[in-house]
Amino acid sequence: MKRERVIIGAASVPRFSPHVRFQEDKVGGRWVVLGPERMFVPDEIAVHILQRLDGAKDVAAIAAELAAAFDAPLETVENDVITLLQDLADKVVIIA
Amino acid sequence: MSDMKPPLALLAELTHRCPMRCAYCSNPLALDPSSAELDTATWCRIIDEAAEMGILQIHFSGGEPTIRKDLEILSAHAAERGLYANLITSGVLLDEARIESLARSGLAHAQLSIQDCEEEAGDWIGGLAGAHARKWKVAEWLGKAGMALTVNAVITRHNAERVGAMIDLAESWGATRVEVANVQYYGWGLLNRAVLMPTREQLMAMTKVVEAARERLRGVMVIDYVIPDYYADRPKSCMGGWARRFLNVTPSGRVLPCHAAETIPGLVFETVHDRPLKAIWADNPAFERYRGIAGMPETCQACDRREIDWGGCRCQALALAGSAEAVDPTCEKSPLHEEVQALAAREAVSGHRDIVYRSFSLEKSDPSGKAR
Repeated sequence: MKRERVIIGAASVPRFSPHVRFQEDKVGGRWVVLGPERMFVPDEIAVHILQRLDGAKDVAAIAAELAAAFDAPLETVENDVITLLQDLADKVVIIA
Repeated sequence: MSDMKPPLALLAELTHRCPMRCAYCSNPLALDPSSAELDTATWCRIIDEAAEMGILQIHFSGGEPTIRKDLEILSAHAAERGLYANLITSGVLLDEARIESLARSGLAHAQLSIQDCEEEAGDWIGGLAGAHARKWKVAEWLGKAGMALTVNAVITRHNAERVGAMIDLAESWGATRVEVANVQYYGWGLLNRAVLMPTREQLMAMTKVVEAARERLRGVMVIDYVIPDYYADRPKSCMGGWARRFLNVTPSGRVLPCHAAETIPGLVFETVHDRPLKAIWADNPAFERYRGIAGMPETCQACDRREIDWGGCRCQALALAGSAEAVDPTCEKSPLHEEVQALAAREAVSGHRDIVYRSFSLEKSDPSGKAR
């Protein structure tokens, strides 16, 4: 059951690791990522990305949705999505 | 106080009962008896209060929390209220059926402690024959139940050379996180400090092992590393600052900013029966006493690391300097810093092996009947 580092690309289908919860903090009025003795508050752009991790969409589809929603160039958006998700994969916050 | 941020997490010490008798236990020397424990309804009410004040995580701890038969009820209640529910366990009371039941109850994560990767040495530190062997089965069952796992590897001078092997063990168990947790010296751990303290050389060697493992395991397993701060130049940011990030409820319902806070004389704590958690958090005088920059010693207030170290640890200042108002002696700005480092170095080579095992009545014993 040896696991390996996930490398995120356009075809990756990212989802949260089993120990991670991404949820709305209603009292604090924000979205938070929770793990064991971990909590971080993603910025607004990251929230839009993380809300689209459903275990079905690949990175290309997520980037296309965001590019359309924010009227931004697809290539730039896709690079930003990959950078964010790779960082989170390296912290085992997401898997793919 | 309406602008006060809520704590991140509630440490719910469900019980002080535990079949293990770990030499390093951070529970207080005066343990709460089972007759004093809060009932299920009260814990559910505490969970409600925690969720309503904006707490996001709950750590079910102890003692051994799985000794409580209502743990599933509490974790389900916490999950229902949107809390990230974490179980901190030694694992030794668990069987496969209970693990499946716990996994179904809404726990987000389990943290399993190991005392070593070698049986005899692990069982000696833990004071329970057979504990080590049991944990291997427990890890397997947790994996089968799909429970996300952190392995908490407790480090002393007796296993410091096996840190790499313990990390490998955690990886083989499918853990997504391992805590390389050098013992912190509170409660029973403080009492047994001379038996447990590693040498500076051991610490330097294990730091290299941890750094190499982090590189090798990037994206596979997160490694958190807690050092014994007696050897540090700056203190740990204990609990992320006094009454800043954590709220601790003891088995009998006392509400504390940390599990050692009651060692500090003169502080008066409330219980969950007195006022709601939110009110206690907001203005209980003991919480206010050392909170924020205003609650720090003057040296800390003037320090550019005041919002990084948060003044270190008040309980450790008491234990080492004799006053909770003192600069934490693990900080180089303390006049006692060199003395504390020398004390650690001396104890690390003292050869002490006479553990005072955790018990409800403080007495000396050795389960193996022989020194190792």
